[in-house]
This record gives sequence, structure tokens and C-alpha cells, in this order.
Amino acid sequence: MTHAALSRPAAGPPRAYHFPVFERVTLDNGLGLIVSPVRKLPVVTALLVGDAGASAEPAGRDGVANVTARGLLEGTAERDGNALTEAFEHLGAGVFAGADWDVATVGLTMLRSRLADGLALFGEVMLAPSFPEREIARLRAERLADLLQMRTEPRGLADEMFARFVYDPLSRYARPEDGGPETVGALTRDDVWGFYQGRYRPGQSTLVLVGDVSVTEGVELAQRTLGAWRGTAERSTVPNDTPARATRAVHLVHKADAPQSELRVGHVGLPRAHPDYFRVLVMNSILGGLFSSRVNLNLREAHAYTYGAFSGFAWRRGAGPFVVSSAVRSDVTADAAREVLIEVERMRAEPVNADELSLATSYLGGVFPIKYETTDAIARALAALVAYGLPFDYFDRYRDQVRAVTREDVLIAAQQHLHAAELQLVVVGDPDAVREPLTAMEFGPLLEYGPDGVEITREG
Amino acid sequence: METTPECVKQERAGIRGCGASLSGGVVQLSVMRIPIESYHLFNGLFVTLSEDHTAPIVAVNLWYHVGSANEREGRTGFAHLFEHMLFQGSSHVAANEHFELIQRAGGTLNGSTWLDRTNYYETVPSNQLALALWLEADRMSTLLPAMTQQKLDTQRDVVKNERRWSVDNQPYGTWWERLPALAFPPTHPFHHSLIGSMEDLSAASLDDIVNFFATYYTPDNAALSIAGDFDPVEARGLVDRYFGSIPRGAGVPPRSDMRLPATFGNTQREVVPDTVMVPRLFLAFRSPPFGSDEYYAASVLATILGAGKGSRLQRQLVRGREIASEATAFTFDLAEGADLLVVDVTARPEVTSDVLEKEVAREVDAAQGGGVTAAEVERAVAMIETGFVTSLQSAGERADKLSMFATIFGDPSLLNEQSAQYRAVTVERVNAVARERLVQTNRASLLYVPRDAAPNGARDEAEAAAGASGASR
Repeated sequence: MTHAALSRPAAGPPRAYHFPVFERVTLDNGLGLIVSPVRKLPVVTALLVGDAGASAEPAGRDGVANVTARGLLEGTAERDGNALTEAFEHLGAGVFAGADWDVATVGLTMLRSRLADGLALFGEVMLAPSFPEREIARLRAERLADLLQMRTEPRGLADEMFARFVYDPLSRYARPEDGGPETVGALTRDDVWGFYQGRYRPGQSTLVLVGDVSVTEGVELAQRTLGAWRGTAERSTVPNDTPARATRAVHLVHKADAPQSELRVGHVGLPRAHPDYFRVLVMNSILGGLFSSRVNLNLREAHAYTYGAFSGFAWRRGAGPFVVSSAVRSDVTADAAREVLIEVERMRAEPVNADELSLATSYLGGVFPIKYETTDAIARALAALVAYGLPFDYFDRYRDQVRAVTREDVLIAAQQHLHAAELQLVVVGDPDAVREPLTAMEFGPLLEYGPDGVEITREG
Repeated sequence: METTPECVKQERAGIRGCGASLSGGVVQLSVMRIPIESYHLFNGLFVTLSEDHTAPIVAVNLWYHVGSANEREGRTGFAHLFEHMLFQGSSHVAANEHFELIQRAGGTLNGSTWLDRTNYYETVPSNQLALALWLEADRMSTLLPAMTQQKLDTQRDVVKNERRWSVDNQPYGTWWERLPALAFPPTHPFHHSLIGSMEDLSAASLDDIVNFFATYYTPDNAALSIAGDFDPVEARGLVDRYFGSIPRGAGVPPRSDMRLPATFGNTQREVVPDTVMVPRLFLAFRSPPFGSDEYYAASVLATILGAGKGSRLQRQLVRGREIASEATAFTFDLAEGADLLVVDVTARPEVTSDVLEKEVAREVDAAQGGGVTAAEVERAVAMIETGFVTSLQSAGERADKLSMFATIFGDPSLLNEQSAQYRAVTVERVNAVARERLVQTNRASLLYVPRDAAPNGARDEAEAAAGASGASR
């Protein structure tokens, strides 16, 4: 029998999958604890998430959340930064600390045999950080160096500029998550200490343990290492997520001689806890979330404008941005933007076909177990439940929720959550190559900026 | 069709016991063995199976032993362009349908090209194993009837955009091609650009597709690994059924001689004025080939130098003297001829390229002359082991590593020996590698400087270097 004679195989009977079982406990000091025993390999991931993200920063202190989270690993009452690093790395534990918009996270994945030692260090870091003046100054300088480098890094620059042009200038979301040069340059150790004191509280924090660990053992270890932590804090408020503009505009950020334009097209989206989440998730998969999505097949496979094009909603407690992203050849910048616009408008104009819908729902439902192969991925998923206040049966219901989305739901989601008339088009590219075509496409008024985001006023 | 169990290797230890076999607080990782079973089909396809039923998913991974090193002159970038063409359909699969079918099945997939290999992989719900195998077999056996000039032209443009995106419009983006060009002699297969030049991409033709496919995309030049939740009898049956009738190739032409002396024999240096805000230095050392005994010591040395905040470069240059904002070190993991150990350090904005070079050299000299400590070796081995075990949680990672050991060494069960190899590395072995390989006469220095700030001397030097490498193509 030759291979050519063999027809496409059908799927076998599906085998059952359940998201790993987990238990929730609240310690006496208010610390939330989630333990999920997953005994595949002798490793454990520990994540501590606190309500201490960029959204919780005081006014004028952009960047303090990130410096504080990273600063936790720079020294404790007992050890300086070098000794602390050495202690973690000697255990073979890859330790991480950082802040996103909504939470600060400290995490480490370690071999099971090193769990007790690892968590002891973890407790030391959370309860008795010293935030040495010198290390805080260094973290500040490193952030400023990142900001400087971004001026020649078109992808990061396009993302930052997009946020700046899409959100109201008074919104925290209009400014970089890790802070811009003005505020970061002015951060002091007192700012960091104050943020730690105010936001790193057991009552607004949760420890997630996933891997080769039992619930009893998890509770015992958490009590031993973090039980002495004290204090409460108010839940942080959700940032203002007002859009900057109600009508379309084109924002051209100059990068002279760029061989390619970084393209961002979008507007303010919706919050993570919105009831339309699953409809929007499926709708976006069809528009630009999958390789076989409309945007990618159009810009990459039909037109060869780009190596890839995709769309996404950034999920936050407030309304994060919706954006279509691509990097396209300079001479087709306006053509590519026009195709994006066509695809957004088509999503709103007519129902998707049944094949597109089933591709999106069967992908999202089927890939679910693959997304949660590692202890780290499971721990991050559990931490997200806490961060966004999602129900604890969320993962058990996830696949049914996805499969329940209909073509009508997708159309309604597109009409309600894609705002074609409010799209902002951001291009980081060679102004001489793209200015005329961008003007000619009549997308909206054209505004131009230097790589620092400062508007350039052109004569005529 | 029957399979020939001509070289069956079996291990049935199971993935268990590590947590239970503690002694003195040190985990006995050497007891952690994943089950590995491998055999060849009649047509030479090297098949490896590794069961794990903890989740209902299965990974399929196929390595073809061909990479940019196999490209002929005037066709740089072809191996990678060819990888794109493998998603453009085959006799029973339409263009891009491979992606659609796998994603519709609830799976993930992709492919990638490296200097010495090209891989294709899918992770799917376990009831879709047949689909993933059938798709890989269909393109291995019937790619050519689906190839058209239009598909080639489209993917050529897609790849040119990939080049612009990852190399030309990225600060320091050219390091991927400049560093191997500096570190391997012009006649060596690892010398030229993996992503390829625009000219060579333009020159690629359908004839090239036909020849490359016939030469390299044959079952006897491939390793297939299946890892995860499957029934081994059923999996063997599916592999026979879909791959068994694909004919063996005519044999792969030998690459030109890959062997190289242990060191460069001199100091190579290139200064590149670029659209960047701060200087960044790549310092490459010729190092022992991947998988050799010396390799493990070199890998530990790289970890000591630049992996993690406690590594020497991060401790001294980032935290200590504050002259760098980032510092790393790693190996390319090339198994043929010679590997590269690379140190990569980005300067703080106020630090000149001169200071950057001197400070990095100081750390390298210290390791070369003064050696490392037993505590440093212990830390590095612990970090490598944790990373290794953690990565094995993913079925896709397991399958890829099995294909790698099958392709390079003809023995996938070497995966289970990696922890022991690292544990056997002593401070003496690391110091021997440092002494021999970190010498002045084994350094290739690629220094990026902000274009506007480039001193005249550096600019002239860089232009001369650019002219020289342009002429050698």
C-alpha cells in the first residue's frame, strides 16, 4: 500500500482531562494559599502574588511597583544581594520577581528536595527585605537604560507609543508599565519602602504552590515561612481607562531609513472580568489570534507584506488595549493598514462562517491541557484567578464556555467591542517612505512624532 | 509492513521515585529516567517512543539532519526558506492546511531551522496522534507535487520580511550572522548566514526545492520522536502505516570538512557602528563540540560566567562595578567540528566601548588564569539540573531532545545520561577548559557601537571589515 492511498485519519475517542485539583486555605494572618499537588516530576513552583502592580502606584511614582518587586531580591535583613542570590542559585532555584499592571509576582521553580529551603528564603525575602540604597539606584539606572535603548528598538517603541496615543493622557495606561524617564529618575528608596509597606500585605496576597507537594505539607510550610507576616491593605483601585480620542487618527513615529514599518492598529478594549470575555476571545481568534486567522492569512499568506500579523486584547482589571500588530515592508505600509481596516470592518458586518468558528472553538478547547503541562503554567493560571477575581470553578467550565459561543455571539462581540470608527493607527517607520501613502489612504489626520514621542510640527 | 528491530534500545524505569529517594537532602536525579524505546524502520527512519500518561496529550517531533550548513554557495538562507515551504501543502494537504488541521484538533505546532538541523513539531490531544503522524508523512513523501512558483515567491517575500524584522530592523540584529562569520573560516559550513542574504533568497528556484527535498528530506535522514500519552503498539502501527512505504534516499552528500583546531589561533575583531544607543560586546570562543566530555565542562563554564544573577559577569559587571545593564554567556551547542561559547554584555549608557571591552576581558582573563571555585561549579550544576528537569515537564521538549540525541549521536537514551554527565564535571575539568579555551588567541570580538558616537578609527576598521566580508561571498 502506498502512502498516497491512505486517507486522512479520523480522531480517536477523546480521553478525559481535568484541570489539576487544588485546595484553597486562608492562613490566620490573612494570606491566601492555593495548593495543587501535581506529581509528574520532582519539582514545585511557588508563586506569591500581591496586589502591588503598576495600577496600585501612587500618583507621580510610575515605576515604583517594578523596582519594589525586583528590589525584593536585592537583599534582606540577614543577607546582602550577593549572598541572597547565591543562596537561591545554590539551591538551583530560578527565582523571579516583577510587577505587571495588576499584581506583583515573586516566583521560583525548584526541585522538590529543595522546597523547604527555597520557601524559607522566600519568607525571608517577603518579610524582611532591606532594599539597599545602592541596589535601588542601580535598578533605577537599569530601567533608564532600557528606556534609552527602546528609542532604537521599533517593536517595543511601537507598543509604548500605541498606549500613549490610545489612552487619555491622565490614564496610568497611557504611560509605560515600568515607568517613564521622568518618574523613574526621581524614585527614591523611601518611595520603594513606602510601596512595600503599603502594598505587600498578607491580606492582599496569595501563595500558590504547584507540583510535588501535598496540601498538608503546603499549609505547614506556608505557615512556617510566611505565618509571621502581618498587616492588611485595601484592595487597589482600577485605573482610569478612558480613551484619548473618539475618532481615528494616524500617528507616525519617525525611524529614519527603517527597512520595515512597525504597525499597530487598535483602541481601548474591555476589562478581564467583562461578561463577554469568551465571545471576545473566540472573535479575536478568528480575526487575528491564530495562524489561520483572517489578518494573518491576508497580510502574510495572500499579500506577503509581513512575516506575521496578529490581533489581541490585553487583559487587565481595567480595559486593556485591543491591537492588531505587524511589521510590514515600508512601501506597503498603507496597503497593509487598509487590509487591517477591511478585516476589522468585515468582522462587524457579517457573521463568520461555521468553519472559522469551529476552528477557533476546537482549538481553544483542545489546546487547554497543553497550556497546563508545567507546574509554572498551572501556578500562573491559578494566580490569575486571584488577580482578576474569577470564580474558582473557572477552569472546570472553561471548555464548555468556549464551545457555547455561536456565530451570532461572535458577530455581536465584534459589533460591540471592535470600534472601527475609533481606531488609532500607529506606524514606527521611515517618514519619507510612508508619509504620502498614509495621507492618501484618508484613514484620519496624520500626526508625526520623534522617537521620544514628542510631536513634530511640520510646516504647511 | 514489518519493522526491523535492528537496534532496539529499551528502558523501562518510569518517571518516578525521585521525591522518594532523598538521601542527605540531595535529590538523586540520576534515578530519574524517562522511558525510552527506539528502533529503525526498513527505510532508515529512526523512531523513538517515550510514554507518559499524566495528561491526555502527545508530542510528535521530526528532526531532519539538514541545516544552513548544507547550503550550497549562492543559496544562503535556503534551508530556512525550505522549512517555510513545508507548510505550503503536499499531495493531500492544501497550503497552510497543516496549521489549520492541527489547530482544529486542539494542537500546537511549528518548525525551526538551525545551523545543523531543521525540526518540525506538533503537540496534540492524544486521540489526534494519527493526524499529526499522517501530516508529517504526507509532506515527507509527497511535498513536490504541491510546489508552485507562486507559493515559492510568496514565502520568499515572507522570509525577506522575517529577515527585516529579526535582523535588519532590530538593534544589534546582525549579530546572528556576523558572529558565526567571524568565528568560522570562510570555507566552513557554519560561516555563512542562516537567514540568508536578500540576493540569495531572490535566487532560490523551484529546481532548488526539488533537489533539496530529494537529497535531504528522506526517512533515512530523519529522526521521529513521539512523547506523551499513547499506546506503543498502536503508535508503532501508525508509524509503519504512514512512513513505512516512503523510500530511502540516495544518501546525503558529505559536508565539507567540519574539523577545526581547538582555538582560532589569533584574536578576531570587528567593530560595527549601528543604530543603537549603547555599546554591546559579543565575545566568542571556539569550544568543544556538543556532547563531548569537554563540552559539559564548557557548558558549566558558560553558566559560571554568565547564567543567573550570581554568575561572574552579572555579579561583577552588572551589580558590582555597574558598567553593564545585562550580561550573559551560553554555548551554541554545535556537535560537529567545534562549538562556540559566547559572552554577551550590554554597556550602561555612560560606559564607553573601550571600558566595556577592557572590563569583560578582565573577567575572562581571571577565569582563564585563576580558574573557578568548587562552589561555583556546584551552583552551576544545580542550576543546569533544575532547568533540565523543569524543561522535561513539556512533552514537546522531551520529544525534541530525544530527536536531537537520536540525530546527532544515534542514541536517544543519552537523554537519561545528561544529569550524570553534568554531575561528573569537576572543578579541574572546568579549569582545564578555561585555561585552554579562554586564551587571547581564541577570541572573536564583535563590538557594536552607536553609529553617531563611533570614533573615526573604529568606523574605518568596521568599513574595512565589511568590505572584506562582502568580498568573500
